[in-house]
Amino acid sequence: MDAILFYAFAALAVASALVVVGQRNPIYSAFALIVTLCSLSVIFGLLGSPFIAALQVIVYAGAIMVLFLFVLMLLNVRREQDAPERGGRTLRGVALALVTLLVLQAGAVVLRYERAAASGFDASTRKMAEVLFSPHFLYVFEATSVLILAALVGAVVLAKKEL
Amino acid sequence: MGHPDLVQHALLLSLALFGIGTLGVFLRRNVITLLMCIELMLNGVNLAFVAFSRAAGTLDGQVLVFFVMVVAAAEAAVGLGIVIALHRQRDTLDVDAFHLLRG
Amino acid sequence: MSPSPLAQELLLALAKIAVVVGALLGLFSLMTWVERRLLAFMQFRLGPNRTGPLGILQPIADGIKLFFKEELMPEAANRWGFLAAPVVSVTTALLAVAVLPYGPPFSLPRWGFLPAWLQGRALQLQIATIDVGLLFIFAVTALGVYGVVLAGWAANSKFSLLGGLRSSAQMFSYELALGLSWVGVIMLAGSFQISDIVNAQAGGFWRWNLVVQFPAFLVYFVAATAEVARIPFDLPEGETELVAGFHTEYSSMCFALLQMAEYINMITVAVLCTNLFLGGWHSGIPGLPGEGLAGFLWWGIKVSLLLFVFIWLRGTLPRFRYDQLMHFGWKVLIPVAAVWILVTATGVALFPGLLRVASR
Repeated sequence: MDAILFYAFAALAVASALVVVGQRNPIYSAFALIVTLCSLSVIFGLLGSPFIAALQVIVYAGAIMVLFLFVLMLLNVRREQDAPERGGRTLRGVALALVTLLVLQAGAVVLRYERAAASGFDASTRKMAEVLFSPHFLYVFEATSVLILAALVGAVVLAKKEL
Repeated sequence: MGHPDLVQHALLLSLALFGIGTLGVFLRRNVITLLMCIELMLNGVNLAFVAFSRAAGTLDGQVLVFFVMVVAAAEAAVGLGIVIALHRQRDTLDVDAFHLLRG
Repeated sequence: MSPSPLAQELLLALAKIAVVVGALLGLFSLMTWVERRLLAFMQFRLGPNRTGPLGILQPIADGIKLFFKEELMPEAANRWGFLAAPVVSVTTALLAVAVLPYGPPFSLPRWGFLPAWLQGRALQLQIATIDVGLLFIFAVTALGVYGVVLAGWAANSKFSLLGGLRSSAQMFSYELALGLSWVGVIMLAGSFQISDIVNAQAGGFWRWNLVVQFPAFLVYFVAATAEVARIPFDLPEGETELVAGFHTEYSSMCFALLQMAEYINMITVAVLCTNLFLGGWHSGIPGLPGEGLAGFLWWGIKVSLLLFVFIWLRGTLPRFRYDQLMHFGWKVLIPVAAVWILVTATGVALFPGLLRVASR
């Protein structure tokens, strides 16, 4: 049962990722990215992390992508035009991406990381909270709030018409 | 969870997503689509973190995913602010049009 | 002969889904009639009173009319987006319903005609019991914004696009206040599961979150009214605003689906308010039973009361202007909710006896 769900949503994620990259109209890419994010959220749930799955939908699919869609619709973005020298670009792009993939996969094989799922895995929210607020991560947690504040101010300043 | 190969295949999926995202970053010329492909790469990385956290049995990977999501949100906000400013200057969203610093 | 445990769970879940979705659709048509009658009485007129006794067959008449109306789609509209938007709205509206409890858990009596694996079985009146119930509802509400955005964009008309952007901005602004209002409730109950939160309010109406977390209740009620775009926050579909907002170009069945999504959202929000703040199925008076059928009746009374308040607000208040709406959501509700979270957290830290953690 888990296997069927995992393969189905993995296939959906890869298919919509290809649509994101291949589609000319950026609004269609945005909707395809939302589908990818939601199927990734299901896979997070299958991997035993309900908190991260919910967070993925709330933060990524529910907030960041709405921001993208707003900017796309307000700037009235049209279909992308083809570049003058199309052929060489595509080939070089695909080659570079494949090389990256092969290097990463080779690295994973060389390191021979123990990849079986550990038993007794408890990723409930309570456990997550205990780790997040432990001295190990507490400073980082508070620092991210300052980061968000900086991003907020920066975005408003950058998008304003006159300072 | 029932599936014995779950972590392995999740790692393969994360590599696939990262590769497709990289492909998109090289190929696309619209700035906003570029940002979306970067988000795709970040999601591939998130999946790898969660898969490794599941394999190791600790929650450190998932806490890192939490922080990656926060940073991605901040980066998307600032990036789109820059895109709006660029659009206001040049009225185009083509990456090749912003080449004033080219040597 | 009895099916495997997985098949048992699946069959029970399917039965619960059928019952809940059927009840929701029935309640939706009943609500349209109730709303029109109540609004009419508040406005000193009668409302639908021709079709059937007291006009009770009016929803059926409306359904038949919408069924036969012509489906219009603007020529320049994006065909798939146009058709997909109501589907997305209704899907997210129905998804949220899956983790809400509808009454106290009970066990089936040992009737003879039930198969052996059903006799005496303990049932939860909830389709899915997941650990992060409230987070799931928040996630699904966040996805509900896309139905509106898609509807506004796909119709390819200025009014639709502007209306869609404005109403989706309204929705996710008030979503933040909505989420923040839950945090105090979650802190007191110590769990994201709604049934735990209900059980933490057992024992008397002074333990209800309405009393203990009154500012959070106020914030929640206002944010929920804005989230489902009811008056006084119904800028998206006010008849005199931007033609009809994001559903300007929709007619017939697609429009009916969008209306259905809105009413289901309203019912979801009322059920959530009952469970989170009004004690769910527990009667407020110690001594009166809160289990079984009595509990379900208490729950039904509370939900009906909340739906009546929603209709009452509709008949009484004028509409917010868009900038007033945004100002209120960001500059009033969110600070109030954040300050109340601070107060609750301080209280819980200083007086651990305030915690009503259900026994785990």
